[in-house]
Amino acid sequence: MMTMENETPTHAASLKDVQQRRPEVARQNAVAKDAFNPNHIEVKDYSFFYGPNQVLFDLNMAFPERHVTALIGPSGCGKSTLLRNINRMNDLIDGISHKGDVLIEGQSIYDPFLEVISLRKRIGMVFQKSNPFPKSIYENIVYSLRVAGRNRKSELDETVETSLKAAALWDEVKDRLQESAFSLSGGQMQRLCIARAIANRPEILLMDEPCSALDPIATGKIEDLIHDLKKDYTIIIVTHNMQQAARVSDKTAFLYMGQLIEYDDTEKIFMKPSEPQTEAYVSGRFG
Amino acid sequence: MSTVLEEPRPVARPPRAANNAPVKPVGEVYVWVTAMGLAIGLFMILFLLGLIAYNGIGVFWPRNVAVVEFREDGPTRFMGGTRTMGVITLEQARDVRDLTPEQMESPHPANRREKQLFLGNRDAFGQAFAFFNAGDIVDVSYPKNVIRAERMEWGDALFFPVRIEDSAGNVVSVDDADFDTELKRLVREVVSRRTQISRIERHQIGRINLQMRDLELEERFYQRLDERSAADEAALAAVRERMADLQAEYQPLADRAGELRAKQREHTLVYEVITGQQRSMPVGDLVSYYYPNQLSVLGKTRHFFAHIWDFLSGHPREANTEGGIFPAIFGTFVMTLIMSIAVMPFGVMAAIYLREYAKQGPLVRSVRIAINNLAGVPSIVFGIFGLGFFVYFVGGTIDQLFYPKGLPTPTFGTGGILWASLTLALMTVPVVIVATEEALAAVSRGIREGSLACGASKWQTIQHLVLPASAPGILTGLVLAMARGAGEVAPLMLVGVVALAPNLPIDGMFPFIHLERKFMHLGFHIYDLGFQSPDSEAAKPMVFATTLVLILVVIVLNLTAIMVRNHLRKKYAAGTF
Ligand SMILES: Nc1ncnc2c1ncn2[C@@H]1O[C@H](COP(=O)(O)OP(=O)(O)O)[C@@H](O)[C@H]1O
Ligand SMILES: [Mg+2]
Repeated sequence: MMTMENETPTHAASLKDVQQRRPEVARQNAVAKDAFNPNHIEVKDYSFFYGPNQVLFDLNMAFPERHVTALIGPSGCGKSTLLRNINRMNDLIDGISHKGDVLIEGQSIYDPFLEVISLRKRIGMVFQKSNPFPKSIYENIVYSLRVAGRNRKSELDETVETSLKAAALWDEVKDRLQESAFSLSGGQMQRLCIARAIANRPEILLMDEPCSALDPIATGKIEDLIHDLKKDYTIIIVTHNMQQAARVSDKTAFLYMGQLIEYDDTEKIFMKPSEPQTEAYVSGRFG
Repeated sequence: MSTVLEEPRPVARPPRAANNAPVKPVGEVYVWVTAMGLAIGLFMILFLLGLIAYNGIGVFWPRNVAVVEFREDGPTRFMGGTRTMGVITLEQARDVRDLTPEQMESPHPANRREKQLFLGNRDAFGQAFAFFNAGDIVDVSYPKNVIRAERMEWGDALFFPVRIEDSAGNVVSVDDADFDTELKRLVREVVSRRTQISRIERHQIGRINLQMRDLELEERFYQRLDERSAADEAALAAVRERMADLQAEYQPLADRAGELRAKQREHTLVYEVITGQQRSMPVGDLVSYYYPNQLSVLGKTRHFFAHIWDFLSGHPREANTEGGIFPAIFGTFVMTLIMSIAVMPFGVMAAIYLREYAKQGPLVRSVRIAINNLAGVPSIVFGIFGLGFFVYFVGGTIDQLFYPKGLPTPTFGTGGILWASLTLALMTVPVVIVATEEALAAVSRGIREGSLACGASKWQTIQHLVLPASAPGILTGLVLAMARGAGEVAPLMLVGVVALAPNLPIDGMFPFIHLERKFMHLGFHIYDLGFQSPDSEAAKPMVFATTLVLILVVIVLNLTAIMVRNHLRKKYAAGTF
């Protein structure tokens, strides 16, 4: 289990606050997007069970393409479970079962003709605890290419540079790519994991509390990064930090005990939520 | 221990429980019990190692040769005389049952003690060691002109040189100024000639013999056929022709060896032993010689290292009691190596299946319990299994399929280094499985999930991340397996170890690695020296030295594996979160 500190949501999120602190973010949020698929990922009547325990109850929601969607809710409400089902990471666990479906661009992730590996190649994932491989920085980035059988040096070099640049890490590590990934600081490691997740150019990026183990400066860098990445990726981020959700996301879903309570534009969720439970949660009255 | 005992006891009063009963520090006594256990264990190990190291290394130090004089009126005599000569190896209290009443009453305690001397000259005296009553010794001197000579037969000789004669009647007397240079030159010559002879006999003639043996087997095979076709007749003729060729090749080599052997006997060394008897031997019998009582500490050190080198690199002589133990060291190394090569893939694959792929449940649990129990099966049982399965079944089948011409003489159907290694591999595989499973389990879930999220398959994850990260732990298992395997003797006696093997399992003869050959092993060598040799007293130093080498071999093997492991561990140091 995670520590209490990580679990405790940081409240006091009024969008106005946030907008004052980060005007440029707010402006970008307001700019109308190019044409995009509002139903990039669709969750349909989705229920999920760990053995006999039902964890998700009849979820129905759609994640828009090239937007950031935040999943919020008290700990144990099923945010990670939902996230980890999108790339079928939960397949590793014995005794799981589900009802309903999850579609990516209309194709079911449970399609028996779809290989899990090819599904995961389309989806990058960043974990709460940064998990660099015990290899060099370079090898960490190119891992997803190598396992796909792509070993051409020029392609690998180019991928390392573009991924690290996209993860805003290039300038810090470009001179020590062959050093162990463990020589990096905590924040750098997490950005390395982000770079690794996007190295194989996925469409979707799943992030499970990517900043909960980081200090505020590192957190700020990653939030900026999420902003830059969303022009290319559909991002779903689980967070306990209300301010963070407000700062980085376009849409926010509030889950409570496995049920989707409210799902709307972030602005709406934080300014005038329609459900009293949402209101209570975002204003810190329970959690 | 003593420093621990002196530690001041805590003075604070024991706290009282609620019911006012004094709370005793009940755990305290167990600190001492456990510490005692550790101390006793450590002491015993260090004592054993120290004893072996002291005795094992002491063998090689060239010690002075003493001339010992007995009382004219005492009972002690050596070959009828009052003098003897030898290396004083031991002084100890005599067994009371051997004491005469006078000795028992004697005011001199020396009368109840005895000295053991290494006399050498087993050919002259019939024994290499003897005990003498310490009380009867009146003088001990160390004459400078004593030679200690290592010989091809009869062990070492201790003597005073007299002269060198050659077959033509030329004589160099010990009083001549160039006696020593002459002897040195001759010994150098015979040593190099001996190397030549052994090269001819061991390698060239040995190779011909092996080919001859194969051809004879083939010849017999064709002869035994009930009906021979024309092709068979032709094959038989070809075999006979090749045998004739080999015979022709053999003859000049044998002649050359005979010639060299005759040269070895050209010069004779005449010497005098302590009883005054003059004896002689061909210089060709000498391996080396030196004047122990003339050596400075530096000279002794040189001899010390030379002796160690000869011991480690030489072949055994005289039923293993003399010479070196190189074949045994080599056999132990090769066997342990083959065992490791066999045990690693099997153990690691089994562990990967058990830990990564098998569905955890009652079946896997019972397999795991069975593996752990396998580690506790007595090694002799593995020996018997190896004999029955590997030697008779697998080896017998191989012989029938691939070496039918040799039958009934077995090729693989008899004990050999491959079967011995596989038997030990089977014995140690549980160790590797258990260690590997633990190492695999220790690889963090985060890394596995990270890899899967990158689109890697399960096997790719294992191959690229899990196995490298658990390599240190797997090597720990290998270290344990090698430590257990290299020191094992009992099962080997059934599956291929011999006291004296004519050939090494790896040599310059095609196909270079001879897995079917019988081999020598340090552990068995110790057993053979200590319990099977006719003169156990003479073999004792060799037993200690060989034991020391076995321990060192095991340590070297382990250290290598540990160093590799630490290197890997450093590489993946931060890999464990
Ligand atoms: N591997 C698992 N096996 C069984 N139950 C689990 C497992 N993982 C999570 N759960 C349960 O599922 C529920 C939702 O967990 P999770 O999705 O991790 O919540 P969140 O990420 O919102 O804190 C919790 O009640 C948790 O106990
Ligand atoms: Mg979670």
